[in-house]
Amino acid sequence: MTDKQTDNAVQTTGHAWDGDLQEFNNPLPRWWIWAFYASVAFALIYWILYPVWPVGHDYTKGVLTVSYESNGKTVTQHWNTRAKYIEDMQTGEESLKQKAYLDKVVNASYAAILSDPDMMAFTRSIGKGLFGDNCAACHGSGGNGVIGKFPNLVDDSWLWGGTVEDIHATISDGHRGFMPAFRETLNDEELEQVANYVLSLSGQAVDKEQVAAGDKIFNGQKGGCHYCHTHQAKGMKSVGSANLTDAIWSIADVPDASDPKGKLEAVEQVIRNGVQRRMPAWRDRLTPEQIKLLAVYVHELGGGK
Amino acid sequence: MKFSHESIEINAGLLIVLTLVAISIGGLVEIVPLFYIPGTIEKVDGVRPYTPLEQAGRDIYTREGCYLCHSQMIRPFRDEKLRFGHYSLAAESQYDHPFQWGSKRTGPDLARVGKKYSNAWHVQHLKAPRSVVPESIMPNYPWLLENTLNYSDMADRMRALKKVGVPYSETSAEYQANVEKFGKAKADLFNINLADENLLAQARAENFDGDRSRLTEMDALVAYLQVLGTMVDFSQYDEGYFAEFR
Repeated sequence: MTDKQTDNAVQTTGHAWDGDLQEFNNPLPRWWIWAFYASVAFALIYWILYPVWPVGHDYTKGVLTVSYESNGKTVTQHWNTRAKYIEDMQTGEESLKQKAYLDKVVNASYAAILSDPDMMAFTRSIGKGLFGDNCAACHGSGGNGVIGKFPNLVDDSWLWGGTVEDIHATISDGHRGFMPAFRETLNDEELEQVANYVLSLSGQAVDKEQVAAGDKIFNGQKGGCHYCHTHQAKGMKSVGSANLTDAIWSIADVPDASDPKGKLEAVEQVIRNGVQRRMPAWRDRLTPEQIKLLAVYVHELGGGK
Repeated sequence: MKFSHESIEINAGLLIVLTLVAISIGGLVEIVPLFYIPGTIEKVDGVRPYTPLEQAGRDIYTREGCYLCHSQMIRPFRDEKLRFGHYSLAAESQYDHPFQWGSKRTGPDLARVGKKYSNAWHVQHLKAPRSVVPESIMPNYPWLLENTLNYSDMADRMRALKKVGVPYSETSAEYQANVEKFGKAKADLFNINLADENLLAQARAENFDGDRSRLTEMDALVAYLQVLGTMVDFSQYDEGYFAEFR
């Protein structure tokens, strides 16, 4: 065995264990050596181009620079990710592509946007992302909301108005929806009467006598429901009160109730406990362009007026 | 003994020591200068330590392992800005111990989730995420609403944080320093001696979980979530200002 290895002319480390176990001493593979030298060269070039070494209370800044606009002046400074980010936001390929459309949409009236297929295609695609990031958490990715908690945006009922301008105001400034709790004002019997009346408004089969009694409370001093919901029960945009005649339920979960008793209970629950809902104001979080695009997107979801 | 590779390789103790030295150089060169280069922490107004209630919420955040799925660091890239908001500053996590930057997002980044959704949404979402976001894979945390918040050791927790550099005050000199730095109203909140009163007052005033009758862990966690990323008013600064710090 020993003889054969000597013939191969590969160096060994010179040790021998158990008489004949030896260790080859091959040179490192050439590809590995070159990769090693290449990475050393890469490091040297990197040190010259980018900020790398701490020196006292400062650091080497590298020779690469980034330029961007700031306060109307062009600023050029050493390469760093934040400057690179500003440059990307201002003159990056995607930003410029988007900016052409953004400028067009921002300067157009709502009527012009809604009637222009090109601008609408842009609004739909960018609106989907904006809606997903900011609105979908409450209103759902499709905009259908959660009954009892967050309003449905795809139906035809709008608490605070369904024109693009109304929707813009809602997104920008937010809203506080409020209905007082009637548990102190009305007893259980009266609550049931009002619930009967409310259900009758949208044509649900209910007890005639109860409806008549509920009507008196709703439209009289006792309940005073008409102050916000109006005598026609169509609701008022200025206070965000619901239209009770359209069989669209935003808060009382009537559609999910299987029997008439369940429907009554769902409505009574809301009258008893009142409603407090808050839509956050987005004007500090989103840019005016983004709010405009979102207003059109939400208007287009299905139920815009 | 002649110094050679062989002498290192056959001496396990020496090999360990020299390996540690070689590895430490990389770490030291990257980390140590950050402690004395003046621009590491950006000079911005508004960043403050957490109030006792927010800190209690932060402890629950850590306990429940929220950081395993949620990062709290928005990177300076266009797509991150569009989705989450302005990139995170070093200054914004200067009072975080431990920081929650994270390196993996199973859920969205939370660095700027504060004030983005209503308290009621957070309560509902933590209790049953799929009741508001059907496609969510986040676990339910119903016990947050059931558990009464334990704040008996709040002062001790603040003392521990003070040891690692958070400017909570215990002596009147420390308090005065905070008054100068943060203003009186804020400095009162960071007074360890008033930890319990402050915690209760904030919970009472803002009623985060929507149930006035109880102080639950939900109150604290929502208080924490609602302050995340809201301390710096970015409209005050020009974008280029932050780039000068790097």
